[in-house]
Amino acid sequence: MNNEEIVLEIKDLYKGFGERNVLNGLDFTLHKGEVVVIIGPSGCGKSTLLRCINGLEKIDGGDVILEGSSIYDKNIKMRQVRQKVGIVFQSYDLFSHMTVMENILLGPLKVQKRDKQEVSELARELLKKVGLSDRENDYPRQLSGGQKQRIAIVRSLCMNPDIVLFDEVTAALDPEMVREVLDVILDLAKQGLTMIIVTHEMHFARAVSDRILFMDHGKIVEEGEPEDLFGNPKTERAKQFLNKFDY
Amino acid sequence: MQNSGINVIFNNIGILLDGLGNTLLIAVTSLFISFFTGFGFGLLRMSKNRIVKLLTYIYLEAFRIIPIMVWLFSFFFFIPRTLGIDISGEVAAIVVFTMWGTAEMGDIVRGALESLSKGQIESGLSIGLSKLQLFLYIQFPQAIKRIVPGAISLGTRMIKTTSLVVLIGVIDVIARGKQVIERTKEAFWIYGFLFLLFFLMCYPLSIMARKLERKWES
Repeated sequence: MNNEEIVLEIKDLYKGFGERNVLNGLDFTLHKGEVVVIIGPSGCGKSTLLRCINGLEKIDGGDVILEGSSIYDKNIKMRQVRQKVGIVFQSYDLFSHMTVMENILLGPLKVQKRDKQEVSELARELLKKVGLSDRENDYPRQLSGGQKQRIAIVRSLCMNPDIVLFDEVTAALDPEMVREVLDVILDLAKQGLTMIIVTHEMHFARAVSDRILFMDHGKIVEEGEPEDLFGNPKTERAKQFLNKFDY
Repeated sequence: MQNSGINVIFNNIGILLDGLGNTLLIAVTSLFISFFTGFGFGLLRMSKNRIVKLLTYIYLEAFRIIPIMVWLFSFFFFIPRTLGIDISGEVAAIVVFTMWGTAEMGDIVRGALESLSKGQIESGLSIGLSKLQLFLYIQFPQAIKRIVPGAISLGTRMIKTTSLVVLIGVIDVIARGKQVIERTKEAFWIYGFLFLLFFLMCYPLSIMARKLERKWES
């Protein structure tokens, strides 16, 4: 895997909110086609990290390098970065005044100025994959949480991003809807999509990831292949954290 | 019995409706302009610049604190005198009502835009929308549902407040009514008719605002 081309590099990243430092000099590298899962206690900075990669937060120090250039470079437009890096949020915010199809097409048509025919076909194909072909004319209020989240994933994929970030996408869902969303992500992993996934679903993390990062206090404390990190964590912090998930 | 009882209304209907035309001219023109200027003012109020924030805040509060009557007098008497220009009561009224409408409309727009969920905006940004696109495709269509009911109820307030323009010599429906009363002494029927007119103008708007609010809430 490490022979693959590097798509994203996080270098010595710092981010604070007021007095509190959320990211404390964080480094990591993401390769093309790699699926990295970030785990760690609440408030350790996982979500903030994703938001920094997407430019939704201003960073205080360090750098985020996407395909060779810093996303904070003055010559790089954040809009361009966001077309390459998709993000799916916990709160599955579909645009409430638009149908499913309008939600999906907005970015590709208005931002990327792509051909409507081409994008609609892609959208229908993706909707079919997530099992929601019959929902393209529905409004978000007519859908369940799990369905909305699957649509949000399609909306992000339709932009043809190089990387997709998943920020605890099942945390706000009813338990019986978690599976349908995770299955979609698992499927994307099999197709070789490059992803960074923040989750509290440990079984899923183990199944989907090529590499696990364990974060605490704004740093990566331990990283490794899923079997190693779950089976034999080296650091005390990771051990403690993983123990909480065993009954 | 020509000019007594309910007949007084029918006999003077032309002159009363003529006044009503003036009332509506002032209210509708001011409201129409305010809708656009208010949008601009609402966006200004959301500025992060502290000076802009302070100035827009003072402007809004000035219209909330100082009675509209005082504004009308200032514009009709003092400003023409100091600036050496002569303006009619109608123009002064439209200017003052538009300035007031801009302030109130701006506050409605600001409230509506600020009440949109942060998630909707971040979702928009995350698919690469520019600020203008975000406004056109996400913020505006969602905010308009919260703006329209507020704008309608501002409209009813404005129609009612036009009754003050009689004080700067504008011949509105109230002024016409008073003229008829002086001539016929039929205050009961004339004021009753004015009551009915204002009710007929404002109540349907009031119902419409409530209906839209309920419809769009879901």
